[in-house]
Amino acid sequence: MNKEYYGKLIFELSRPGRRGFKLPANGCSDALSELPADLLRASSPALPEVDEPSVVRHYTNMSNNNFGVDTGFYPLGSCTMKYNPKINEEMAAGVGIASLHPLQPVSTVQGALEVYYTLQQALSEIGGMSEFTLNLYAGAHGELTGLMVIKAYHMERGDVKRDKVIVPDSAHGTNPASAAVAGYKIVEVKSGADGTVDVEALRPLLDDTVAAVMMTNPNTLGIFEKNIPEIARLVHEAGALMYYDGANLNPLVGVGRPGDMGFDVMHINLHKTFSTPHGGGGPGAGPVGVRKGLEHLLPVPHVIKKADGSYDIEHSAPGSLGQVTGTLGNFAVLVRALSYIFSLGKEGLAMVGPLAALNANYIKERLRDLYLLPVDTVCKHEFVFDGLVDKSTGVTTLNIAKRLLDHGFHAPTIYFPLLFHESLMIEPTETESKETIDRFIEVMRDIARESAETPEVVKTAPHNTPISHPDDTRAALNPIVTYKELCENPI
Amino acid sequence: MSHRYLPHTPEDISEMLAACSMNGLGELYSDVSPALLLGREYDLPSEKSEKEVRDFFKKLGEKNRLMTCFAGAGWYDRYTPAVIPALLSRSEFLTAYTPYQPEISQGTLQYIFEYQSMMASLTGLDVSNASMYDGPTAVAEAMMMTVAAARKRNRVLVSATVLPQVREVMSTYARYHGIVLDTIAEEDGVTSRADLEEKMASGDVAGVVVASPNRYGVLEDYNGWADTVHAAKALFVMTCEAAALGAVKSPGEWGADIAAGDAQSLGMPLNFGGPYLGYICCTRQLIRKLPGRIVGATVDEDGRRVFVLTLQAREQHIRREKATSNICSNQGLMALFVSVYMSLLGPQGLKEVNSLSCAGAHYLADRIEKGGKARLSYPDKPFLHEFELTTSFDVDSLMQRAMQHGILPGVRLTDNRLLVAVTEMQSREDLDHLADIIDSMPSTL
Repeated sequence: MNKEYYGKLIFELSRPGRRGFKLPANGCSDALSELPADLLRASSPALPEVDEPSVVRHYTNMSNNNFGVDTGFYPLGSCTMKYNPKINEEMAAGVGIASLHPLQPVSTVQGALEVYYTLQQALSEIGGMSEFTLNLYAGAHGELTGLMVIKAYHMERGDVKRDKVIVPDSAHGTNPASAAVAGYKIVEVKSGADGTVDVEALRPLLDDTVAAVMMTNPNTLGIFEKNIPEIARLVHEAGALMYYDGANLNPLVGVGRPGDMGFDVMHINLHKTFSTPHGGGGPGAGPVGVRKGLEHLLPVPHVIKKADGSYDIEHSAPGSLGQVTGTLGNFAVLVRALSYIFSLGKEGLAMVGPLAALNANYIKERLRDLYLLPVDTVCKHEFVFDGLVDKSTGVTTLNIAKRLLDHGFHAPTIYFPLLFHESLMIEPTETESKETIDRFIEVMRDIARESAETPEVVKTAPHNTPISHPDDTRAALNPIVTYKELCENPI
Repeated sequence: MSHRYLPHTPEDISEMLAACSMNGLGELYSDVSPALLLGREYDLPSEKSEKEVRDFFKKLGEKNRLMTCFAGAGWYDRYTPAVIPALLSRSEFLTAYTPYQPEISQGTLQYIFEYQSMMASLTGLDVSNASMYDGPTAVAEAMMMTVAAARKRNRVLVSATVLPQVREVMSTYARYHGIVLDTIAEEDGVTSRADLEEKMASGDVAGVVVASPNRYGVLEDYNGWADTVHAAKALFVMTCEAAALGAVKSPGEWGADIAAGDAQSLGMPLNFGGPYLGYICCTRQLIRKLPGRIVGATVDEDGRRVFVLTLQAREQHIRREKATSNICSNQGLMALFVSVYMSLLGPQGLKEVNSLSCAGAHYLADRIEKGGKARLSYPDKPFLHEFELTTSFDVDSLMQRAMQHGILPGVRLTDNRLLVAVTEMQSREDLDHLADIIDSMPSTL
């Protein structure tokens, strides 16, 4: 990253008459101006007029203000910021796929459908599920679809009074939000002192109005839900289904499968566990898997393999919950995930979970004398500190996060989960070397020492980034969200 | 074993385990009941080299047919300027997460701000969010916004001329979210005004969703519609293919409160379905009902103009079940895509893309009509770059014949209805070629 901040907007490079394009000609005579004038725009959109070199330099300068996994260590808890292999990018951009229309006849897209089907099968094996749909665009979209599957299951059985979904207090915010969009009421279940779901707290909540229990396993503290067989038994006895939030699947890769733990429906974040780049906020993919007996409820369109070995797309199917996407999903993202699975193979995948867990436990053990570990147990891919052990310094988790930026690290996830006041959630992933992790530990220890000796340095961080701390309150009080508004309220 | 993505040597592993007071990697899972462990390798292929991965996808790629594409129906074959993939592959953009740390995420935050500015202007509305998944889900979210804004009313009307995939997704979301979704009938390829007025009369309508260009490529006239909808205290939602808005009247100019749809047509590769980009824009009054991320301008401690995620109190990680939507990850990098595209084209380029496509489409339609084997289904209705044909031959036979010539002639709607789209990608020869093939079809129907 540059320390010099590049802050110009593309609109500020605009000069009338500049252009960054040349279109082909088709020699056909103008028809646009013959359309009824009142169906056409009265004024041009306020887009910039810029030449090609200026566009390239502008966005390249902006990229220099940005930090990605390729820039440095990105221990953002629950986000699984692992290395994004470059071969995947090339495969996704291959022309054999890039110019296929989603409504092309199936006979002309057999290769693409084979990619889809092969990934569907691979994820079913990895998740321990019977069948997957890959159509979903993101984890939250997968959750919503998974809950629709669950609702469709109960409806099909005529079990209409189940209107609640239970989520643990440690759950990702998307769980209750997705359940609400699917039309459910949310009931929260408390975690016990060991950070896992308290079976005794769950038991009285389970009745014939509960549709599902959503769980993340390992949970957001990075702790494996050891009572999962008992929980699954109770939930199933109550007639409800078990939903697996795949945000934390990474430590189970090569080790264990949600389908073998009693989960009925699950999603996977391909942009986490399967290394597809997060792109600053998507495009991702959130495939949904179901156990045997629920396959027919999955959304359409759905890819199937026929007896003759060819592939087809079902656009409607009895029992299917319907369509939740325009197409078969973020196809180029699916290509990347399959490329990753093939590159690792079964041998490489077997090492993903254990090495992710090793990196996390190693950091935890090397820092626990200085950072407060609220739940002392072996963790999986991530763990949570509750700020510094020494609370007398006044240094907060936010301060620590910002001070890490000065040392060329991305910050961990902060103030989540909501179980502790100073949550600092660290997830290193398996693609970080011991050297990188040792350096991170050293910096974390330096920050703890600094917090005791010169707390002001930590409290006023960052000092070394392209910009200093932004004024969030001002942004929210009078939101300026477009260039037009900015021109009216100059900053 | 070692793998090229995994840096750990056996010595690293031993040292790290020792620091954790463990003897083997298995101890990391000592708290998991052995019955829950897989205890075997996955039933998947062994590790492949890069070359083997490349060969695998190359072989599959050869099983796909690349054709001159006249298929549209919401997704169009457009030209992608070389600048775009070059900039999108900057790994500082590509491999970043959601910009939670603004001090080291100004690149992402700034392009989202630029994207929001461009989309708001293109749709003629005040504000935009940071992007949605795709057109259909964006319109479904717009539908939920109208119900959230109306509070007690939960009925939404959607025109029969809105794209089928959009209506399908709306219908699924409506069913699960507890929204009553009704269809406004169509009449000769456009939305029936009479049916709208009749259905509005019930007084329980929260939102009305219409399209232009519509599913047949027809440009509809919504003069006065916003007033009718607003008089019933409902919100007027328009869904438009984004690139068309470089030329056709914008939702804002029609008086819409919300615009939502697909922005794939802004130069994105078809990619067999994605990633594309959904957009959603609205009036200033509705900003707190918008789903997803929003970026705003502010200052840093040194007085520099900078950008941050703002109005986060609407979002799932703060509000949980009370959030405006469950969306978090969206299509961030594709927002960069369209920002670069619109920066390169500017207002003039976007207009030229439309005039070129429009000219090609009208030329092709004229030629086909002159041939006499097919006619425009809605001959009196204006269209931009896509039109529906009613054929005198079986559309399937045309598909077969055209594909033999490397042409995908459009999207088959029924045995005798074909939807044909023209963009800047088809040359005069391509247009003549398709017209010649259609002229050669024997009339059988």
